[in-house]
Amino acid sequence: MFSTAMLGVGVSLSVPLVTRSIIDGPVTRRELDLLVPLALLALGLSIAEVLLVWIRRMAQSRTVSDLEASLRQDLYVRLQSLPMEFHTRWQSGQLLSRVTTDLSTIRRFMGFGLLFLVMNILQLAVVTILLLQLYWPLGIVVLAAAVPIVTLSMRFEKKYLLISREVQDQQGDLATRIEESALGFRVVKAFGRRQHVQRQFDDEAINLYNTEITKVRLASRFWSFLGVIPNLTLVIVLLLGALAVGRQSITLGTLVAFITLMLSLVWPVTSLGGILAMAQEAMTAADRISEILDTHSVIQSGPIALEHSRGHLRFEHVGFQFSDDSSEILHDINLDLTPGTTLALVGATGSGKTTLTSLVPRLYDVTSGRITIDGHDIRDLTLYSLRTAVASAFDDPTLFSMSVRENLTLGRPDATEAEVQEALQVAQAEFANDLPWGLETRVGEQGMSLSGGQRQRLALARAVLARPAVLVLDDTLSALDVHTEALVEEALRRVLADTTGIVVAHRASTVMLADQVALLQGGTITHVGTHQELLATVPAYRHLLAADEEEVHA
Amino acid sequence: MTTTQTPPEQDDQDKQPSWRGVYEDEGTKELSKATTVRLKEDSRKLLGELLRPYKKLIWILVAIVVIENAARLAVPYLVHLGIDNGIPPILAGDGPRALITVVSAVLFSALLQAFTRQIFLMRSGRLGQTILLGLRRRVFDHFQRLSPAFHDKYTSGRVISRLTSDVSVIDELLANGFDGLVTAVLTLFGTMILLLVLDLKLGLIALLSFPILLLLTAWFRKRSAVVYRRTREAVVLVIVHFVESMTGIRAVQAFRREPRNEEIFAGVNEQYREANYESFRLNAVFMPSIKGVGNVTIVAILAYGGYQAYHGHVTVGVLTAFLLYLRQFFEPLQDISQFYNTFLSASAALEKLSGVLNEEPDVAEPVKPVKPGAARGHLELRGVQFQYVDGVPVLPGLDLDVPAGQTLALVGTTGAGKTTIAKLVSRFYDPTGGHVLLDGQDLRDLTEDDLRERVVMVTQENFLFTGSVADNIRFGKPEATMNEVVEAAKVIGAHDFISALPQGYETQVEKRGSRLSAGQRQLVAFARAFLANPAVLILDEATSSLDIPSERLIQRALRTILADRTAIVIAHRLSTVETADRVLVLEHGRILEDGPPDLLITTGGNYAGLHQAWEDSLA
Repeated sequence: MFSTAMLGVGVSLSVPLVTRSIIDGPVTRRELDLLVPLALLALGLSIAEVLLVWIRRMAQSRTVSDLEASLRQDLYVRLQSLPMEFHTRWQSGQLLSRVTTDLSTIRRFMGFGLLFLVMNILQLAVVTILLLQLYWPLGIVVLAAAVPIVTLSMRFEKKYLLISREVQDQQGDLATRIEESALGFRVVKAFGRRQHVQRQFDDEAINLYNTEITKVRLASRFWSFLGVIPNLTLVIVLLLGALAVGRQSITLGTLVAFITLMLSLVWPVTSLGGILAMAQEAMTAADRISEILDTHSVIQSGPIALEHSRGHLRFEHVGFQFSDDSSEILHDINLDLTPGTTLALVGATGSGKTTLTSLVPRLYDVTSGRITIDGHDIRDLTLYSLRTAVASAFDDPTLFSMSVRENLTLGRPDATEAEVQEALQVAQAEFANDLPWGLETRVGEQGMSLSGGQRQRLALARAVLARPAVLVLDDTLSALDVHTEALVEEALRRVLADTTGIVVAHRASTVMLADQVALLQGGTITHVGTHQELLATVPAYRHLLAADEEEVHA
Repeated sequence: MTTTQTPPEQDDQDKQPSWRGVYEDEGTKELSKATTVRLKEDSRKLLGELLRPYKKLIWILVAIVVIENAARLAVPYLVHLGIDNGIPPILAGDGPRALITVVSAVLFSALLQAFTRQIFLMRSGRLGQTILLGLRRRVFDHFQRLSPAFHDKYTSGRVISRLTSDVSVIDELLANGFDGLVTAVLTLFGTMILLLVLDLKLGLIALLSFPILLLLTAWFRKRSAVVYRRTREAVVLVIVHFVESMTGIRAVQAFRREPRNEEIFAGVNEQYREANYESFRLNAVFMPSIKGVGNVTIVAILAYGGYQAYHGHVTVGVLTAFLLYLRQFFEPLQDISQFYNTFLSASAALEKLSGVLNEEPDVAEPVKPVKPGAARGHLELRGVQFQYVDGVPVLPGLDLDVPAGQTLALVGTTGAGKTTIAKLVSRFYDPTGGHVLLDGQDLRDLTEDDLRERVVMVTQENFLFTGSVADNIRFGKPEATMNEVVEAAKVIGAHDFISALPQGYETQVEKRGSRLSAGQRQLVAFARAFLANPAVLILDEATSSLDIPSERLIQRALRTILADRTAIVIAHRLSTVETADRVLVLEHGRILEDGPPDLLITTGGNYAGLHQAWEDSLA
């Protein structure tokens, strides 16, 4: 690729030299017979130049687009394998800008910038040498002109980078306002705070405007400066050159060639600023991407493939903290769930129930103690077999912009129609069949919007369909009305009969699904027993679950 | 049995992979020709509206840019004068006076060019930013005026991308596009004229290349529009799939979704790669072609010009000027491909933005607003009809009178019309028939400010804005003092947890309140509504995300909050309903039962049944 580029530069520069020969030969020395061969030479060189550019660009197209696509795929694969701990730290917008904006920046730089940069520098060097050879006093004038360009470019670069960052930050702030105004639209409307929100938006928008103007001012000065230097050089060259021709130090043809060559530098020089900025951006983008590629997953698959799990789940002195310097969320948790039993987990908001359930499919790893399934430490199992054995339905049900069927069979791609229907029935989600295109209807952000209750029921059906040995239900029924909730619970009771289950419960009715209840307090399990036992003996439990407590106290 | 099998409908499968599923949006993609034309017209109109206020400035800018280009185009001509008129006197020993005149002219035009360039860049940059600021404000304001019904349909994702990516594409056009376009056009015509003036014959030869250039550009425009569309479509799929994989990473990992996702991503990524590759290739053909035409033209001029110079028909200076002009002309032309993409994306963005701006708010402000008296909170629904979809009435005709100060609970299954009533009373929607009246005045006659001051709705969507906890409570009454904020929190029972936060009321709620639990966010939302002190308060499932201790807290607070105002309460949990003065049991938009809760329990109707089921669930 670079060889064609260099050849290209060489060829394009030889055309002005042929021009000189034509002016000095056929025109000045009246050697007409030389005109045709020289013109043919120029034609050949011109066409060769075009062919070289074409070959180079074609070759480059494939390399660059392949490079971009494979980088993107690598990033995606890596991101999917990184643990929850990583994903809670990073906003998805941040990640998205890496696979789109940053990669495009790199693509553009590799596709155009890098080559232009090399070619421009090459052309500048070669032309300067040529100019020096043609007539060295004028060559030195051109060389001297490069000094202010280089120094100013470097200073401009620094300032421009700073102000560009500021613009980016302010665009980010404005985007946050926009996001909030869209997501919180109903709240804004309900309180009639349109003007209040509009004012806040205006302030940010005007801030951005002011910074943009500063940026424009800086750029306009720089660009016009970059444009004036070659012209001033031309003034000197024309003056000294014409005088030199008058003194017959150089021929007229040399002067013409000199001016043509020199003006061929204007374009490379003016575009140099933009390309340098592009290079800078590409560098930053590459840094941001390697930030992710260099992150390694702390949750690694173990060696043992668990088959046909019975679902014997044990927590042994389990402790958990998000990072070394944060306090322990859970400590010394001991639980033994024999196959087929269901445990309800009860605790105040923020007591760590969801964290506890996330430990089972290893969305997070325990920081002390261990969790076993059928006697194996879950860290010794392959992630695939562990997550086959354990299925979860979460309180905030995620549906992807795909067909209902694809969403349901997430955990079990080979499920039959009958199994899908059965799962829908358990979750009271038969409404899915009545959607405009049945189970092929696309749901999620890009598709049909469903109510919170509908989404919860689909998420539940998804977990049930996976037929796990261990089923984790994290407050899955909160958005259902009393009637539907009763039906779902009825059906769930059957599913849970031969599955080990952990049910996070806020309501007495959900607790009734379980054989046993564990009370989570202060980061550990303080009581285990049946609902009636705990209700009778533990005041803290009564406080959490008895709706009629007031009457009890009264 | 025949052996010929009809091939399966592979085509459709290829177009739309089965995992994507079907959704009606697909249908609207194939826009009719009439719609496309209308969209184009609308976006042109929008562009016109954006530019009109700056008409004078734009003309000044055009004048400046003409001067700048004239100065730029003068340089090769002056070089010609320098060579043809400046050098002979020196050779003849007449001194460099003529040369110095020419050189001074070059110096002048160089400075003029730099000066006008700077002014142009500065002024046009400022103008672009001003237009952009105006556009941002206008679109933002319009979105805020549109009804919740529109927002439901349009989705927040699209609102955000209209205001961010679409606006920034237009930014790009204003920043680089106009400058590029104006310069290209002026260079084109300027060069054409100058070449003809310099030497008619040589000029005509150079002009021969123009039709070829036009054809090439036309071809490129057509192809690049196609490729551009393909790229856009491909990148949207990549983005959607990526964002959903990342936001739903918990479900992805818990269900071992990674391999399938990788497959799907590889598919969309490949489509995107192909589209990119094609656009690269298009440039790989277009740019060298332009260069080729340029090079051949230059050689032709060189050869023919050399021949003419030999015969003395043209001077060396003219020939040099020609070569310089042609170079100046062809170099920037290659950049057209970059500019054209900017132009395409900007016009697509303009179409989308004008589509939004053309959207009329279906809950409009009254033309002649009625100034309401002091708020009492007397609500009336007279023959109210409502339907979301034509032919499927949610409310077939509802009459309801809620005296000021009453707490009314709505009970019924999903689809009974409870939320619809709440939305009509808070005027998120207007009824399709009948009237909703507050203190005897139709809601449609009240200004938005008057209405919102009187009616506030709290839903389970307890959105918190960036800022402190206090800021979020103050959202209900921006001019509230800190004491009022604390007082409101105390009444709701949120004071204890807020005081326990690291910086108390000044604690920043990060990422939409992710620092607070769902229950705590809801308490803040209640405090916000209480501080707003409306005559009518609507609670739509406002307590359903609370755990029992928090709900109990709210329950207690509700007695105080609802005491002296009208309230409509929708709740799945009957514990909330029990505290109401009056219960309506609804089914398919009709009132089945109406009365105080204690009375309804004894009559053995629907409500009594629900109540029994609830009692049982408490076990």
